[in-house]
Amino acid sequence: MIPRIFIPDDSGAVALGADKVAKAIEKELKERGIEAKIVRNGSRGAYFLEPMVEVACDAGRVAYGPVKVSDVKGLFDSGFLKGSHHKRWLGDPAKIPFLAKQTRLTFARCGIIDPLSLDAYERHSGLKGLRKAIAMQPADIVKQVTDSGLRGRGGAGFPTGIKWKTVLDTAADQKYIVCNADEGDSATFADRMIMEGDPFVLIEGMAIAGIATGATKGYIYIRSEYPHAVAKMNRAVEIARKAGVLGVKVLGSAHAFDMEVRVGAGAYVCGEETSLLNSLEGKRGVVRAKPPLPAIQGLFGKPTVINNVISLASVPIVMDKGAEYYRDFGMGRSRGTIPIQIAGNVKHGGLFETAFGLTLGEIVDDIGGGTASGRPVKAVQVGGPLGAYFPRGLFDTPFDYEEFAKRDGLIGHAGITVFDDSADMLKMARFAMEFCAVESCGKCTPCRVGAVRGTETIDRIAAGIEPEKNLTLVTDLCNTMKFGSLCALGGFTPYPVMSALTHFPEDFKPAPVRAAAE
Amino acid sequence: MAVQPASTEIATRTASIIQEFKALEGPLLPILHGVQGEFGYVPQEALRVIADELNLSRAEVHGVASFYHDYRKEPGGRHVLKVCQAEACQSMGSDATTARIKQLLGIDFHETAKDGSVTLEPVYCLGLCACSPSAMLDGEVIGRLDNEKIDEIVEAVRS
Repeated sequence: MIPRIFIPDDSGAVALGADKVAKAIEKELKERGIEAKIVRNGSRGAYFLEPMVEVACDAGRVAYGPVKVSDVKGLFDSGFLKGSHHKRWLGDPAKIPFLAKQTRLTFARCGIIDPLSLDAYERHSGLKGLRKAIAMQPADIVKQVTDSGLRGRGGAGFPTGIKWKTVLDTAADQKYIVCNADEGDSATFADRMIMEGDPFVLIEGMAIAGIATGATKGYIYIRSEYPHAVAKMNRAVEIARKAGVLGVKVLGSAHAFDMEVRVGAGAYVCGEETSLLNSLEGKRGVVRAKPPLPAIQGLFGKPTVINNVISLASVPIVMDKGAEYYRDFGMGRSRGTIPIQIAGNVKHGGLFETAFGLTLGEIVDDIGGGTASGRPVKAVQVGGPLGAYFPRGLFDTPFDYEEFAKRDGLIGHAGITVFDDSADMLKMARFAMEFCAVESCGKCTPCRVGAVRGTETIDRIAAGIEPEKNLTLVTDLCNTMKFGSLCALGGFTPYPVMSALTHFPEDFKPAPVRAAAE
Repeated sequence: MAVQPASTEIATRTASIIQEFKALEGPLLPILHGVQGEFGYVPQEALRVIADELNLSRAEVHGVASFYHDYRKEPGGRHVLKVCQAEACQSMGSDATTARIKQLLGIDFHETAKDGSVTLEPVYCLGLCACSPSAMLDGEVIGRLDNEKIDEIVEAVRS
């Protein structure tokens, strides 16, 4: 058989040189007159091994990584097209510990198939969920999603099925499915990976949502910082439309559903669902007050399902394998799997999909392997720029919506940033305030003005000016922001600030004391 | 500096971009993206044409264009370098890499080099958080920034 060489074109892999490796392999094939097919797949998510090149040969799939351009000649010399040994040899990718320990439901195909091959998608169980949904009554689809226990993976954790039911029960001449792909949180890249590595699963999930709620039009709002994901989704939508997966008769059924990709313009706050809707309408991305809920009056005032990429991409497997299958993973009220994104100063960074319930310590130490710098872990921020900083003392917290809330934190979009002992937590608290000031939409005073005053007050603490008084002021300000803001930007900025203050008080000591301690 | 096209030319080219997107629901952002793609920035003259065509006030269009970080008011450099400043990159020393980039290019964030070669911008997350610190040069992603890669970037924007 002609060997197939898989080289990811996921932007994380490309950022580490995958395109250059692909070119070098192509050139080498030509010069040596070897026939082989190059497939640009998504990433499996083990970024510490990217660019990870895989060869599908008689021995099955054999991985090599991280591959540098300078390795390419050597790989050919040692016969990597037959899976032979080489210093970059990793063996069967499914047996690489970081990947073998995962439970891949949403990301089952990501990194394995050609993301733009609808045939490959179907061969790997794609479209099964949509076919089952087409044969069902809308209310039954909604019930199945509700019964699966699937909750919004964007951060809020609201039950997906309940949102859908509200839209289904609201009569209107037009309803919309909006996919929130404005993944702006630092440490998160799950949405990007699925859009680049398995775009059809998102399209399928949105089509199922449309059929379930009576919506015929969908929008995917992707941030402009993700040009590769935008390009991939646009091509996938076109392919799905040509194949009749989208259009007036979805897979030949009586249901119509089509969708469009829209690109954001660099505003973090547009990840908040109501400002995203305003942005889609062509307005300033200012947050709307709720009620009315988007499910009742959403995009252009019509009933709208607005879900995160991962929530929608998890729907096909729920429809295919059943609510119980999905619900049986997880713990407490956090059911199913969650793609944890391990990032920052960490040895084994990447995406790790697993059932809810692992402790933070297991994720950081066992899976992540500790820091990249080799220094002790000082803090981990869970849930992006609006998430709390956790010290080692709280590493026994299980990954679960409620357990994190109990510890004054949140899992958010499941991104984890690891910091070593060189991190200055006062600086991180200041950054949280500064970021909020830069990105505030301006609607609520506690957020718009509070974030600016918060930055100034933390600066005064750093300068040793009345530190006790100013710490009390920051605490009081955080309280005002938390309860006086409409959305999570102003409302959750207190999480990183207060957790830094609470767990790392030594970093907030007046400057002379801090200097003496160093 | 890039030569700015005459206002009548801007109006004509903007009008044809508007025609391309006008039929969409909520066409303003796609139009503004189109205008920025065409001119490298969103000229004042274009705002007037967009307002007329979409039956909006010029203030409304200005309000939208000025809300979003992406839309530039004046032309940028021939290259645009975005350097991530978010937490994951900070944990891997982006403060130091950013300082080095600023020093080598001789400009701060939101500035364009005097020779018009490059505009430097901060970005809050490129989704490359497992290969920090990261940057984006004209849409091309770069992970694990180090001195060697920074030198390559500086050379690329200057050539």
